[in-house]
Amino acid sequence: MLRHVPLVTLVVMIGPVVAGLWGALIPALGHLPGAGLTGPSFEAIRALFDWPGLERALRLSVSTGVLATVLSLLIVVLVTAGWSGTRTFALLQRVLAPILSVPHAAAAFGVAFLIAPSGWLARLASPWLTGWDRPPDLLIIQDPAGLAMTAGLVTKEVPFLLLMTLAALGQVQQEQRLKTARTLGYDRVTGWLKCVFPAVYRQIRLPVYVVLAYSMSVVDVAMILGPTRPPSLSVQIVKWMGDPDLSMRLVAAAGALLQLALVIGALGFWRLGEIGFAWLGRIWIEAGQRGGLDPVLRIGGICMGILSAMATLLALLGLFVWSISGFWGFPNAFPEGFTLRNWERHGPGTLEAAAETFLVAGAATGLALVLVLGCLEAEHRSGRTLTTRGLWLLYLPLLVPQTAFLPGLQNLLLSVGADVGRGPVILAHLVFVLPYVFLSLGDSWRAWDPRNAVVAGTLGAAPWRVFWQVRLPMLLRPILTAVAVGMAVSVGQYLPTLLIGGGRVATLTTEAVALASGGDRRAIGVYSLMQTLAALLPFALAILVPAMAWRNRRGLHV
Amino acid sequence: MSEGLKLDAVRITDGRQMVIVADCTIAPGAVMTIMGPSGVGKSTLLAFVTGTLNRAFTATGRVLLDGEDITSLPPHRRHVGILYQDDILFPHMSVGQNLAFGMERGGKRADRWATVVAALSEIGLEGFAHRDPATLSGGQAARVQLLRVLLSQPRALLLDEAFSRLDTNRRTQIRTLVFNMARDRNLPVLMVTHDAEDARAAGGHIITLGE
Repeated sequence: MLRHVPLVTLVVMIGPVVAGLWGALIPALGHLPGAGLTGPSFEAIRALFDWPGLERALRLSVSTGVLATVLSLLIVVLVTAGWSGTRTFALLQRVLAPILSVPHAAAAFGVAFLIAPSGWLARLASPWLTGWDRPPDLLIIQDPAGLAMTAGLVTKEVPFLLLMTLAALGQVQQEQRLKTARTLGYDRVTGWLKCVFPAVYRQIRLPVYVVLAYSMSVVDVAMILGPTRPPSLSVQIVKWMGDPDLSMRLVAAAGALLQLALVIGALGFWRLGEIGFAWLGRIWIEAGQRGGLDPVLRIGGICMGILSAMATLLALLGLFVWSISGFWGFPNAFPEGFTLRNWERHGPGTLEAAAETFLVAGAATGLALVLVLGCLEAEHRSGRTLTTRGLWLLYLPLLVPQTAFLPGLQNLLLSVGADVGRGPVILAHLVFVLPYVFLSLGDSWRAWDPRNAVVAGTLGAAPWRVFWQVRLPMLLRPILTAVAVGMAVSVGQYLPTLLIGGGRVATLTTEAVALASGGDRRAIGVYSLMQTLAALLPFALAILVPAMAWRNRRGLHV
Repeated sequence: MSEGLKLDAVRITDGRQMVIVADCTIAPGAVMTIMGPSGVGKSTLLAFVTGTLNRAFTATGRVLLDGEDITSLPPHRRHVGILYQDDILFPHMSVGQNLAFGMERGGKRADRWATVVAALSEIGLEGFAHRDPATLSGGQAARVQLLRVLLSQPRALLLDEAFSRLDTNRRTQIRTLVFNMARDRNLPVLMVTHDAEDARAAGGHIITLGE
């Protein structure tokens, strides 16, 4: 039984991706019997290339994706190089960690409320500084270059990459490398970049690729902060999928394949960039500069890090203020009064959506946990550990853009007569929840001292008794953290819920994003906050439950 | 002779070269010491005896316990207890729960607990049943571990550098306790250590490796 779990996990995780790509390929060639269309024809592909917005949509996807990735990586690298091991760094880390669980859509709304012409920043600076007594006529959010969207992505990707970098630091003996560099006369940042970064980057390469693929194909953030005419390719694909004219699904399928090609191409160029960068880096290392620019880089890094953290915190605060604001005229910095009316009006709706959200997230995370624990236990008992190739498979669902395979998956589900709805949504969420639960739990699971199992075994405990009575309780904290990560991932899912749910599964995220076009800031505030709380609550429990359960067990305190 | 622990033509390789060879019998109540610096495969041999050998190794030969071939039995059916140098007390259980974990199943809860409490007072740890293992001193933890192994009623005892973490005074004390209790129960003891004094104190046969 246990032996088969890894295979089942692989099928559950990779199956939908492969099926979805297949389900995009056939309709892209004009074949969608469910809609009464039979191929083959190149009509859909021709229609895609005839779409006047295509060139700009493509450019937008690439530019926002690459820029967001470069900026996020730059911030993380400079902050870590200049500050890791200091108290400032620990503080920043503590602020950024919870931001990681804030859903993308909520962060994007918060950023929008912050930087919009009528947003908080403009209000705080008006009229005394700007002279504005009404919102300026500037296209700040939804700007054609996608800068607002890039900013929104950066606020979320910085905590993600920072966390991945921290995990990597533990494996590369940072202290030793850095000390050696410093005794050779290298300043902090330069020494870190030359001696630690190459090893760290090797460890965080896959997460960086995930950020690039994600940023290039994100839908919810793009719908909130991105330009509209034309939108990025991903948003346009979703629009085509929702078009009442079923033949537009063929164009969407063709677009999905183009999206995949675009991301693969970008990843290829990124890889070439890595090689070029490594080549330049080696020249730089050989040249032996000890770091004249260090003070500047150090200050610059921490400023960007603080800016990124502050922006998100201020954005969340903004959501909260809007959710309880009464009348709030421009350019007042604060509302004229606070009221619970918004919560009374939208609260019941959010509760219904919250129930659906937790149902889907709980089921997907529960399934993921069972499979991941099964895989890890099978690994422990067989003594075979995950290979590098296995790790790539784990990252695959995160590297293939959602817009590339989810439309095809929906087509496929419809064509085999399977109903869209909650069940398929849970399975679709599982595709994204599984890798994160696995990555989150794997290291702690493997770091557990195997002598515990030997001792328990020699005391007469069978393997399953060791599993239930020794290993699980000892690893309660990392397990609950992994569950929280899985829940947060599920809570934040927009596209799988929308497409695979056929619009009938209303979670906090789909409801919140649906409010984007309406512009009712109070409703958005309420929904986004609820969405954020839904993602944060499991993390709070993951801290509280072990602390309470093990309050009298010092050996399990952190 | 069928009593005791017998390693019958045991040869362990790591795929390329021989790690350790053993062919010996330990009589009930006797101690056999395997000496040698770290890295000569002493712990590997113990892993083979407990049935937890890493798959990177291949082993031939048999382990016989009181005449029974236990080579292919899973660890939990072998009745071979082991003590390590570090505290491997389960941190989520109280001292008493740790002891009860190793006891044969069955019996009334109250009876089991009475056994635990009585056993603790026997080794001078009266009233320790509800204690958090993390609050024990090194010597106390060592005694609790010994007690836990003995309560599981093993038919042989393995010691993997079991005393090397203790300071000199405690070390003599615990060592004597372990050897005495093993002798009282007629257990064959296989000890690996890099400490000559441990080996001398054991008084039994000594095999020196890696020289």
